[in-house]
Amino acid sequence: MKKTWYSYPYLVWMAIFIVVPFLLLLFYSFTASTDQGIVFTLDHVKRLWDPIYLMVLLRSINLALICTIICLIVGYPVSLILASKEYSSNKVLALLFVIPMWINFLLRTYAWMTLLEKDGLVYTILEFLHIPNTQLLYTDQAVVLGMVYNFLPFMVLPIYSVLTKMDKHIIEAAEDLGANYITVLRRIIIPLSLPGVISGITMVFMPAVTTFIISRLLGGGHYILVGNLIEQQFMVVGDWNFGSAISFVLMVVILISMGIMRKYDKEYEGGAIW
Amino acid sequence: MSEEPIIRLVNVSKDYDGTEALKNINLYIRKNEFLTLLGPSGCGKTTTLRIIAGFEQPDTGEVFFEGKNITNIPPYKRKVNTVFQRYALFPHMNVAENIAFGLTIKKMDKKTIDKKVAEMLELVNLKGFEKRYVDSLSGGQQQRVAIARALINEPEVLLLDEPLGALDLKLRKGMQIELKKIHKYLGITFVYVTHDQEEALTMSDTIVVMKDGTIQQIGTPEMIYNEPKNAFVADFIGESNIVPGRMIKDNLVYFAGREFKCVDGGFGDNEEVDVVVRPEDIKLVSEEQGMLQGKVESVTFKGVHYEMMVRSAGYEWMIHSTLMEPVGTRIGISILPNDIHIMKKVSTK
Repeated sequence: MKKTWYSYPYLVWMAIFIVVPFLLLLFYSFTASTDQGIVFTLDHVKRLWDPIYLMVLLRSINLALICTIICLIVGYPVSLILASKEYSSNKVLALLFVIPMWINFLLRTYAWMTLLEKDGLVYTILEFLHIPNTQLLYTDQAVVLGMVYNFLPFMVLPIYSVLTKMDKHIIEAAEDLGANYITVLRRIIIPLSLPGVISGITMVFMPAVTTFIISRLLGGGHYILVGNLIEQQFMVVGDWNFGSAISFVLMVVILISMGIMRKYDKEYEGGAIW
Repeated sequence: MSEEPIIRLVNVSKDYDGTEALKNINLYIRKNEFLTLLGPSGCGKTTTLRIIAGFEQPDTGEVFFEGKNITNIPPYKRKVNTVFQRYALFPHMNVAENIAFGLTIKKMDKKTIDKKVAEMLELVNLKGFEKRYVDSLSGGQQQRVAIARALINEPEVLLLDEPLGALDLKLRKGMQIELKKIHKYLGITFVYVTHDQEEALTMSDTIVVMKDGTIQQIGTPEMIYNEPKNAFVADFIGESNIVPGRMIKDNLVYFAGREFKCVDGGFGDNEEVDVVVRPEDIKLVSEEQGMLQGKVESVTFKGVHYEMMVRSAGYEWMIHSTLMEPVGTRIGISILPNDIHIMKKVSTK
């Protein structure tokens, strides 16, 4: 019981930067200032049931899901390759995946703007290949591309780390018992790497669903995702109550999806590993 | 050879980043025998096993299985199964699923699989453990699951890579007897890797002693123990007194300052040799009767016998005897011609 004071600074930190803001968020979400003073209300949350806002929320979740799925489809094989015998001793490749993260997020997204814009590099190449000139920038695809580009390392790294820690003898044992590579992958490697996949999905989905910079830059000014909506409420409209309410609902959505993931995770591994 | 050996390694060499793990190994393994690869760590015994299993490709040389060249056949197509040192059980499956793994890959029907799993669990004394998860098992139980998982595929050859290395002494002794029983019961070939000479002597039909990627001697446990081919084998298998000597002529050797009658021949006259005498082959006699005279320097009680260190003729002799002479006693030692083993000098590496 002694020495618990070590944790006090941390507790103070948590109180100031996590608990208090969260309480403020709850406060703004469920109160309104009227002539009678501050009263409890569900109006702000109810306002979100307006189809316009619901569409924004659905579109955000939809794009974040697409982004997560693409990251998983692209990221899993990449992790496998990085963790394989041939490359695991070669840290350069893994490093290449991390280096972009050292470059400012905004800068990387602006770079995509110049690549995709009319008469930009990609546009020129497509034109050269006689592919009919299409609108690249300010589309759903551009936003998803930006999200996948920015969040892919968050999918690759947790999976890569689980794969490199996997006991190679387990894979050899499966081969020894008659499993070819596909079977080893399906029966051994993928099930055992699920914890990495779960955290990868979580780490991609959460920033993807709340992003507002990528959607603003690559989706154009008119392009509204839930992140933009929240930003707008606070920065433009000045309706802190509604902004807080949206944030609150978004938090509940994320909590529910994480709960589902966790349940699925537990069922699969039978509570046996990690 | 009346019968085609089940496995044959021909001129097999293997290099790991410039260090030679195996240097031109030639080895054949007879059907149904219990063969042990024995040697200190880094001698190449595990590499040999992994080449037979198919996890490693030899740089040069070939591997034959029942007369067919399998050098380039991947592990999953080979009729051998491996028991790994650290068990390598599948942590996301229960005991029954682990054991059934090989059969489910062969798409056997569930009823047959269940029946065979039950048989295997009976064989390794783990009845009733079907639904347990492997990390809830003790080391010994996990090892049994690993053995059952390999044996259920009815391999022609079972490869065991130091399977008892992680178990405590008592458990290890028990498992040695059990493995021997399983070997006899199934009548298949076992290739066993260990660095424990006692384990090798207890269990094997044939022992292959290895050092620095080369085979030092192949033979039955008795042959290896009684007629070690060189000082390394003598030293590694059991305890030995090894002293330098010189062959005067056949059946006469000079060491420790005098001539001894022996039963070895075929060396050049005056050839430098190593003389090996087992500690239990040295007789303690009175000082006058001894071939060599010396003084007891230490005595250790070992249970069945005493271990005495005797300084004589400039060497320290280890002597095992059921009779004890106190420290400081002057004694004589006597060695029979039969117990003197003459070995060609091994060029020190």
